[in-house]
Amino acid sequence: MTDEHRDMFGASGFGDTSGFGGLAVRPTDLVSSPKPYGEWFDEATDALEQALPSFGDAVERVVVHRGELTLYVKREALVDLCRLLRDDPRLRFEQLSGVSGVDYPNDPTGRRLHAVYHLLSMTRRRRLRLEVAVADADPHVPSVTEVYPTANWHERETWDFFGIVFDGHPGLTRIEMPDDWPGHPQRKDYPLGGVPVEYKGAQIPPPDTRRSYA
Amino acid sequence: MTDPNAADSATTYTSTYSSEDPYGSTSTDDAGRIFTVGGGDWDEIVNAVDPLESERIVVNMGPQHPSTHGVLRMVLELEGETVARSRVVIGYLHTGIEKNMEFRTWTQAVTFITRCDYLAPLSNELTYCLGVERLLDIEDQIPERVKVIRVLLAELQRISSHLVWLATGGMEIGAMTMMLFGFREREHILAILEMITGLRMNHAYFRPGGVAQDLPPGAVDRIREFIPYMHAKIDEYESLLTANPIWLRRLKGVGFLDTNGCMQLGVTGPLLRASGLAWDIRKEMPYSGYENYDFDVVTESAGDCFARYLVRVNEIRQSLRIIEQAVDRLKPGPIMVADKKIAWPAQLALGGDGLGNSLDHIRHIMGQSMEALIHHFKLVTEGFRVPPGQAYVPVESPRGELGAHIVSDGGTRPYRVHLRDPSFVNLQAVPALTEGGMISDVVASVASIDPVMGGVDR
Repeated sequence: MTDEHRDMFGASGFGDTSGFGGLAVRPTDLVSSPKPYGEWFDEATDALEQALPSFGDAVERVVVHRGELTLYVKREALVDLCRLLRDDPRLRFEQLSGVSGVDYPNDPTGRRLHAVYHLLSMTRRRRLRLEVAVADADPHVPSVTEVYPTANWHERETWDFFGIVFDGHPGLTRIEMPDDWPGHPQRKDYPLGGVPVEYKGAQIPPPDTRRSYA
Repeated sequence: MTDPNAADSATTYTSTYSSEDPYGSTSTDDAGRIFTVGGGDWDEIVNAVDPLESERIVVNMGPQHPSTHGVLRMVLELEGETVARSRVVIGYLHTGIEKNMEFRTWTQAVTFITRCDYLAPLSNELTYCLGVERLLDIEDQIPERVKVIRVLLAELQRISSHLVWLATGGMEIGAMTMMLFGFREREHILAILEMITGLRMNHAYFRPGGVAQDLPPGAVDRIREFIPYMHAKIDEYESLLTANPIWLRRLKGVGFLDTNGCMQLGVTGPLLRASGLAWDIRKEMPYSGYENYDFDVVTESAGDCFARYLVRVNEIRQSLRIIEQAVDRLKPGPIMVADKKIAWPAQLALGGDGLGNSLDHIRHIMGQSMEALIHHFKLVTEGFRVPPGQAYVPVESPRGELGAHIVSDGGTRPYRVHLRDPSFVNLQAVPALTEGGMISDVVASVASIDPVMGGVDR
């Protein structure tokens, strides 16, 4: 999934310490896990399939890995799916634990920005992950704040760090970075350090380009 | 103090820019008159506002206000002393911990994540290590002693975190004695943690696969001595506060949030339990062997600041119960998984010179086995690989559900780590807790959330 492998602090020209030993990684095939999934996963996905007529269109893949269930969802269906997951008595995912972003620059479908939602069912003691992928050229995902109001800050954070635009969010502004910050720092092509910082009107250059006192 | 220039021109803003202070604000918005206040009499400010012209004033509280727990900033819209609207601004302590972790090995990343929620560093480490262990598929190979040590230290940490909450929360509403008591007892816990991990805070003690070192001699005795001491101290706090009329009037009926509100806002931890829902991940989705311990989930039904106080105080008692059982469960055994491709080869011991080293291991790699040297070098500098995938294993931190979403691409460094910090989520409840109340209750309400800005901003 990654692009080139680089040295520990993003430097190049030294030995490859990424663990891939200079090997190029082929993109993995995007496949669903085979049924039956095991544990409670079959019961929950069957219930969802019954409740949502367009399940086949809405859910691209169902992946069970290390005892965790992930549904790869099309963005058009996200809000309806969340509402069902929250309200259906067989599912009852009452709480959204969080929204996080992941950047896969070499995503085989060309949709590098992923928004990852962790849902929690307190009634049934279950956790479920939803993943929505969008392209950098069209980074729009509908906001789930009307279903889970707690998504408000999480979505602001994901916008801030990844540049995913959550349509319908009540006030999508940066939350951790300064309001006028250019770029989205958690993307893979954004460097660690090396960025001049404006502080009280003055530009502070990054450490490696500051004057040397040697 | 109000700016003297402002009095003359009643409808214009005042700027803090001057030739002496070129960094002062030069904004020219039409937000109305701006008062720069640094101490002084509140009446003076209120009297300077013409009540016919503007009934509401906007007060910026923080980000460096002593009662905002670090660098939390609140923008309060006031009608007299009633809060009409309140909004929270965060981000002042953002240090890019998550980004930094992508540039370190899986083991080194512990050193970073421990610095997020600095009052519960071991909880941060625990959720991260549990997630990495799930991806490595070694969850059932974790030795029993590791699980017990993790529970033991996490519960000690919980007590110390609740003590800081009691101390700072008490100080903010005038209970100065509580501040001194709370930090005094916390010092004992920090001394124990320092003895075990080497550091008072930011321990980096849990590692994927186990813990960094075994418990030093004497640590268990010290913990055993601490348990009755702490029990007596909690009774002392309760006799000081639980029936104290000032404490009651500042906390009872203040900052109300019911279960429904908690669910909507994603609020977990003591706030949720104080509203009546007995949700504790240690009990409901146990990790690290919590299912083997006998303890109660503390709940209250009032949903106000006082209920949160009762929940936290009684949680300290429950934590002591768990510690008592954990100390009895400690049996000698390995403190790392057996897999030599994950566990570091040397077990460091404290030498006579006060430095950690492992002379036997050095003799082995320097004198006997070249392969062992290569293996050691590769494992420590490059690290181990973690199979691709993602995991989310939340734990019950002192503040609620703390979970690390960990993504691996199969390499030696995390591809992405996102920390779902309970302080970050719970702070969203500030408008619900404070709007419609008095400005003095804002401080009590925010204190009852117990936000730690290191975790909020990461």
